[in-house]
Amino acid sequence: MTLLSVERLNKKFGGVVAANDVTFALAAGEMLAIIGPNGAGKSTTFNMVGGQLRPDTGRVVLAGQDITGQPPRQICRMGVGRTFQVAQTFLSMSVAGNVQMALIAHHGRTRDVVADAAALYRAEALALLARVGMDGEADRPIGELAYGDVKRVELAIALAAAPRLLLMDEPTAGMAPRERAALMKLTADIARGSGIGVLFTEHDMDAVFAHADRILVLVRGEVIAEGTPEQVRANPEVQRVYLGTSGHKAALRARRAAHG
Amino acid sequence: MDIGFIVVQSLSGLASASALFIIASGLTLVFGVTRIVNFAHGSFYMLGAYIAVTVVPWLLEIDRSPTLFFVGVLISAIAVGVLGVLMELLLLRRLYKVPELFQLLATFGVVLMVQDAVLKIWGPVDIPGPRAPGLRHGVEILGQRFPAYELFLIVIGPAVLGLLWLLMHRTRFGILIRAATRDREMVGALGVNQAMLFTGTLFLGAALAGLGGALQIPRVSASSQMDLSIITEAFVVTVIGGMGSVPGAFLAAVLIGQLQAFGVLVFPKITLVLVFLLMAVVLVVKPWGLLGRPEAAAGRAALPEGILSIRAFGVPERIIAGLAIAAMLAVPVFGDTYMVKVATEVLIFALAAFSLNFLVGNGGIVSFGHAAYFGLGAYAAGLLVTKGGLPMEPALVAAPIAGAAFAALFGFFVVRLSGIYLAMLTLAFAQIAYAVCFQWVEVTGGDNGVVGVWPSAWASSRHVYHYVVAICAILAIIALRRVVYAPFGATLRAARDSEQRADAIGIDVRTHRWLAFTLAGGAAGLAGGLYAFSKGSIDPTLLAIPLSVDFLAMILLGGIQTVMGAVAGAAAFHTIKDIFMPLTDFWRFLLGASIIALVLIFPRGLGGAFAALRGRA
Repeated sequence: MTLLSVERLNKKFGGVVAANDVTFALAAGEMLAIIGPNGAGKSTTFNMVGGQLRPDTGRVVLAGQDITGQPPRQICRMGVGRTFQVAQTFLSMSVAGNVQMALIAHHGRTRDVVADAAALYRAEALALLARVGMDGEADRPIGELAYGDVKRVELAIALAAAPRLLLMDEPTAGMAPRERAALMKLTADIARGSGIGVLFTEHDMDAVFAHADRILVLVRGEVIAEGTPEQVRANPEVQRVYLGTSGHKAALRARRAAHG
Repeated sequence: MDIGFIVVQSLSGLASASALFIIASGLTLVFGVTRIVNFAHGSFYMLGAYIAVTVVPWLLEIDRSPTLFFVGVLISAIAVGVLGVLMELLLLRRLYKVPELFQLLATFGVVLMVQDAVLKIWGPVDIPGPRAPGLRHGVEILGQRFPAYELFLIVIGPAVLGLLWLLMHRTRFGILIRAATRDREMVGALGVNQAMLFTGTLFLGAALAGLGGALQIPRVSASSQMDLSIITEAFVVTVIGGMGSVPGAFLAAVLIGQLQAFGVLVFPKITLVLVFLLMAVVLVVKPWGLLGRPEAAAGRAALPEGILSIRAFGVPERIIAGLAIAAMLAVPVFGDTYMVKVATEVLIFALAAFSLNFLVGNGGIVSFGHAAYFGLGAYAAGLLVTKGGLPMEPALVAAPIAGAAFAALFGFFVVRLSGIYLAMLTLAFAQIAYAVCFQWVEVTGGDNGVVGVWPSAWASSRHVYHYVVAICAILAIIALRRVVYAPFGATLRAARDSEQRADAIGIDVRTHRWLAFTLAGGAAGLAGGLYAFSKGSIDPTLLAIPLSVDFLAMILLGGIQTVMGAVAGAAAFHTIKDIFMPLTDFWRFLLGASIIALVLIFPRGLGGAFAALRGRA
């Protein structure tokens, strides 16, 4: 069953075409990766689905409902959870407090001026933290956690809205290699277990080819290939413009090693 | 209206615009490089005028030549520039890394200190300046006489703009200023000597303010009130033009000069309001000003400045709160009338400060004009009683409603902005409210205000009224505290910590901030209404900037990181003020120095100190 259908999205910034008739579909429980060189339009496409950018033309349809151009908070309420390239959390709150906040928002109780926020949805928050393996850290300030753990908590925050679709912008950016593999496996298990569709962008090819069900290759705003990891790996055009640019890839690896 | 009149009116608008631009260009340059909004810029302007009225007549004694007049003006500008360097070395240098609120407050501390210093040096009487030799005559323009000095001012504005352009595009110093305005971190990374750059910029900025002040002496007397009136205008110019943009400041100054020149013909009483309305409209349509550039989005994750972990009251806190309430209720039994009055005011200011920290500490919404809602509540209650003939009880119900209604109206615009622009807009709205109360003499009594705002007969004794205030203020604080701990309060903190994350979990950040602004305005309005009956009168100081700054000083002293700090801060601040203000002629100097000391060495305030003690115990 098609969960997300993206139809002929176009976006221009001045004279630069960031997205040109981008079209794809995503089924429930499926992991779809968008890859492409820097400046290929990955983030643009991503932000048009997430509501941060409004497309010039085209439609984004979630489970039969047109969500094109809706603000992020509206898209969240329709069942889309999101994680960011640089983790975004509520730094003044505890780990559990972050997830409780997401649950408060999900249940529409943000205007409640009477209840005790610290006690609200505590059990649900702990259950979500258990799903990402972070229930042991529930009462620590989130600012104290290692970055990889923050990313896990961010996943729990995104899951609090019981999403049908997860948008993950470079989920493993800034993480150590071992943490990366663990987070991707965790995400894949949750997605398949709960039938959540996952759309993610990623620079780390190991993560992409190990966990994506399908891969979409963007170059200069255009989809040049789409298919299973095997199909994409075998595609001569992809090899030419993307995987074949070994110098580019080596440079990326080196940069990651330096910053990792 | 004949054409000559219109031309002359427009020329006089241009002359004001020139003067305003020279001052505002310095403010905008300093902001561009240091990212500090320097309240003391108005003080530099005032000092420029005072130094000029001292130096220029002395020079003219030697020879009444135009050259010596302008030499005197330049000497004044350079002297003020040197003071700017001193300020950078002694104060600003320590402020670059602290939160905006603290920067604003510290530079306002300098304003207070300079005010008292000027009074001490030059005395309280306004000092008229000499007229410029060679420019004392009038020029005939289309049948109207126009002062030659004003024509000269019209020329000097564009001349300064041209010189600044040359400086910014043809010298290394100027190019570095532009580069730092664009991307300060990059300039630092490229190995530029930032300390020199910042000091040089302060010299230039302060000298421009001093030049503006010195050039004013043939038109207006040097007076100790000129700093705050010019700084709000200069703020408006820089905000409309786009902070950091010199051409933007010029454009905005011309717009405002014309608006004032012709606005005075159409709405003679509300020219100030027109100017601030222009600013509000520009900020809503172009939030970064006409020629401004959006701030690069802060991608870094930093701990917000404000209430962090909120804990429920433990045993010690319960005991302290209980003792405090008991003490407040016991004052009428044991204290004399004067003590009762002070205690009543402490309760009122505690509520006002608590409502402000609800915005600042809890929501990250730095309001620089919170006295507006306090004052509007006071005016609503006061006018209903004196002009409307209502008794106290309905008037006290109307006060929070008025505060909330105006907060809702102004807040609608305010929550569209963030950071320094938001603070400036709250200040602008407070100035609008102040201007209306000041200028609408028939209704508000203007400068004198309205007297005879007395409580109902049953509450007319100070002792009984103290209990009225105690019940209202304590209940309101308890209720507002509950909101901080409730999901609504947590939502505000979430939006403060990460707007992007809050949006992504489905929170409508703007609406929640607007509701918070309205709620805080209502609480401040209640405090204002209570205050009106306590004093028996209302006047425009209840909405003026100094009271807004007092509120900010209270929450700073109490510690903006704790929930109850504002209450302790209000009590401490008001008691200190009440004891020391009558004893010294230098209250403002002491207050200014204390604010700076708080920012630099005690930024977490009393609440922070208490939390540290508790943490250690």
